[in-house]
Amino acid sequence: MEIVRPQSRRNFLSSSNDAVSVPTIPLYRSAPSLEVRLEEFESFAIDRLRVLKGISDGMSRGKKPEEMENLVKDLWKVNMRHQHASDVLNKDIISHFVLRLVYCRTEDLRKWFLSMESSLFRHRFRVLNAEAQRAVMEEFNLPYRAVSNVEFESIKEKLGQVARSMGQPAPTADAIFYRVPFEEVPELVAGRKVLISQGYAYVAMNQIVSLIATLFRSQLSKTLVLTNRKWTSSIREQEKHRLTPIVEALCSSYLGPDYSQSREYADISLKDIDQVAKNSFPLCMRHLFDKLKEDHHLKHGGRMQLGLFLKGVGLNLEDALAFWRAEFSKKVGLEKFEKQYAYSIRHNYGKEGKRTDYTPYSCSKIISSTPGTGDHHGCPYRHFSEENLRAALDRMGVNSRAMEDVLDKARNRHYQLACTLTFEALHGVPCDAGINHPNQYFSDSKKILQSKQKDSST
Amino acid sequence: MIPQQEPDFNLNHLKLYYGKLFPFADLVRWVSYGNDGKHPGCDQSYLGRREFSFTLENDIYLRFQSFNNTLELENSVKEKSPVKIDIGPVYSVDPAKRYAYAQGENNVFAPVERELIFDIDMTDYDDVRYCCSGADVCLVCWPLMTIAIKVIDTALRDDFGFKHVLWVYSGRRGVHCWVCDRKARRLSNEQRGAIADYFRVYKGNENSHKKVSLTGAALHPFLATSYTNVLKDYFEKNLLTGQNLLATEERYEKILNMIPDESIASELRGRWQDSRRSSSAKEDINVVRWEQFKQVLQSGKHKAQGLRRCVEEIVFSFTYPRLDMEVSKHMNHLLKAPFCVHPKTGRVCVPIDPNRCDEFDPTTVPTLSQLIEELNYEGSISDIDGELNRTSIGNAITLFRSSFLQPLLKACKEEIENSYNLKLQQSKNSLGW
Ligand code: SF4
Ligand SMILES: [Zn+2]
Repeated sequence: MEIVRPQSRRNFLSSSNDAVSVPTIPLYRSAPSLEVRLEEFESFAIDRLRVLKGISDGMSRGKKPEEMENLVKDLWKVNMRHQHASDVLNKDIISHFVLRLVYCRTEDLRKWFLSMESSLFRHRFRVLNAEAQRAVMEEFNLPYRAVSNVEFESIKEKLGQVARSMGQPAPTADAIFYRVPFEEVPELVAGRKVLISQGYAYVAMNQIVSLIATLFRSQLSKTLVLTNRKWTSSIREQEKHRLTPIVEALCSSYLGPDYSQSREYADISLKDIDQVAKNSFPLCMRHLFDKLKEDHHLKHGGRMQLGLFLKGVGLNLEDALAFWRAEFSKKVGLEKFEKQYAYSIRHNYGKEGKRTDYTPYSCSKIISSTPGTGDHHGCPYRHFSEENLRAALDRMGVNSRAMEDVLDKARNRHYQLACTLTFEALHGVPCDAGINHPNQYFSDSKKILQSKQKDSST
Repeated sequence: MIPQQEPDFNLNHLKLYYGKLFPFADLVRWVSYGNDGKHPGCDQSYLGRREFSFTLENDIYLRFQSFNNTLELENSVKEKSPVKIDIGPVYSVDPAKRYAYAQGENNVFAPVERELIFDIDMTDYDDVRYCCSGADVCLVCWPLMTIAIKVIDTALRDDFGFKHVLWVYSGRRGVHCWVCDRKARRLSNEQRGAIADYFRVYKGNENSHKKVSLTGAALHPFLATSYTNVLKDYFEKNLLTGQNLLATEERYEKILNMIPDESIASELRGRWQDSRRSSSAKEDINVVRWEQFKQVLQSGKHKAQGLRRCVEEIVFSFTYPRLDMEVSKHMNHLLKAPFCVHPKTGRVCVPIDPNRCDEFDPTTVPTLSQLIEELNYEGSISDIDGELNRTSIGNAITLFRSSFLQPLLKACKEEIENSYNLKLQQSKNSLGW
């Protein structure tokens, strides 16, 4: 991709004509050989960023799959149009590659970008027509053939059994299934999520979607690392006066879901906090909370993780100071607290400085932290021994049935899923969007508890 | 250290067995998969990259042995008289020379092919058999192995489409399964793990009393078929009475504990405590109680309460195959070769015909001393096939050849020819182009 000064717009993608006739999704395999005007470089990227951030917000709000589908459709329509229809594809590709540059630079950025782009891809793929879907599948080297009507009829009953075994409705006559050599879908085989007969797995369309999304994700994940290498080894320096400032500025507009100010469930007050912690804190925060009450002290990592979380759930500055003071003074004395600790709490609430630092930590940030001895921050699903995790879950009130599933997920390093299952076990309500952020855990929990309260009071 | 030998196992006998009876040629033809032929598509290095390992009588363990032909294997075995021969994977290079290759930069020493294997051992069933425990087996608990063979064999063939499946008695208390299709041999560890997990229904650990958990509105077709075709019948017609699963309080308590609803459990408990006094000796008490159990659990009033699966869960707990998952998941696991003699029991690891596995009787499998006696009986005759036919291992070898080896080699030959022709075709095309 070549970035050019304004005005000199010349031959764009040579394939743009085909692209119009077959509406499909680019796989962004290699940077396009096309020229981009500097202002488009930035404006395209911002437009795409709006889409990704919208997705991220939707996910952390716990939107259901159908709702997400509509959301993504709208976001795309609003932000990714271009006055020349033929340039839509170019905008798509350019914006992707620019953001790739922006988000390749740290592990956290890469993770966020990866999951948002994969989600975007998944939703766009879903709504393609069968022909376009097949074209994408072929590009991924998945030359699967859809099961014919006759064949479908002959295995319909068994397909229904499989669906019902997973708690899903039996497939209808227009459902599309693909016949895939079983060894190509090991995860589906392992979970008995497909019918297997004579060496072939019968994979439902939505399962194909996750297969494709997984491929897309792993491809993007690899290239992001490469992009990062290129960025640090050459691009950053070469583009120091032109692209680098833009890239860096684009990045600081990164927020992820913004939990820095709580709106919906604002104002938890100090007197409720014990109760609220017990009912609605995720395990990571519950653990810090309990440890603080026990030891009257937390090390820096723990103070940051819990402190910003509390800010996010709506504890105002005054209460926050009172809260920390009440505990810390028991151990270090009032004076030392005011001298050493109060400042940083105020600072967390302050608006100056780079704001990203004062945003409550997301799960991925917490999970990738590395607590040392004496530290209590981090994600218990990842950082606890199995025994300790079991005991902690037990204290939370997770029943023995759910316990094994949770531990199993944790063992397989699906920490957020383990957390989601815990959430579901404790609230008795499914959490389809999964847990991505401790503050999301909190607000989802509050929502459920409030609606339960309403139910029981009417 | 002086090895402890059972009376049925004697090193001199073992030497004689290797000298006169052990089917080296059949074994080598099998693991060569047609590559020992003359066709230009044969991979002449194939056999030599296969790991064998020997356990010698003084517990010395020789890994990474490799052989280029039957004679080499035969000579080495006769010389060393291993009490156990294991077969490992085919590696990227000759495992005996792996150090030499390790010097080179790009040559990784790694397994490239391995049969998909399963190891099922009776000791894993100790909580569901009351006849014997640990290393012992008898005809009362052996049906558990028969069930395992039926369930796994059917799924390997019908679900996964494999054709060349060899079942072997492990010589003591279990069975081994070798899936030898080309596709099976080339599965990655992840794919092996997926198949093993497909077969897995047990969850949790010793502490959770219900090990099998079947949720969802239906059973997956594989589990459903296994249940209706194999598990249910074996449970009701064989194990229930054979193992006396409900005969005593201690035993039925174990089953009652698997009912999630305490009130139902106590209802049954009440009935069974009474019936102990009033039971007429006519009908088997296990059968009577099982019928009551099913009736209570499946009666209309409990159906809706998530108890429907309970009967099935119990049947699964007491019958469903228990695989040693680790063995199946990794390419580099070693497994004892067929026709070895088990050093503790002296029994030969003979193949089992999956189609007639219910007839298999582990207590009548030929032993080393029996074979030697048969061998001595007629004096010395030099013709090897004659020796085989005279002894009771003859049938086992015939079965190995006719039901497994011949169809396998036929398929291998075709595969080798086809892939050779394909390659030829491709190279022609690329030349023309
Ligand atoms: S998954 Fe997220 S919310 Fe749950 S405990 Fe871990 S870090 Fe906290
Ligand atoms: Zn027994």
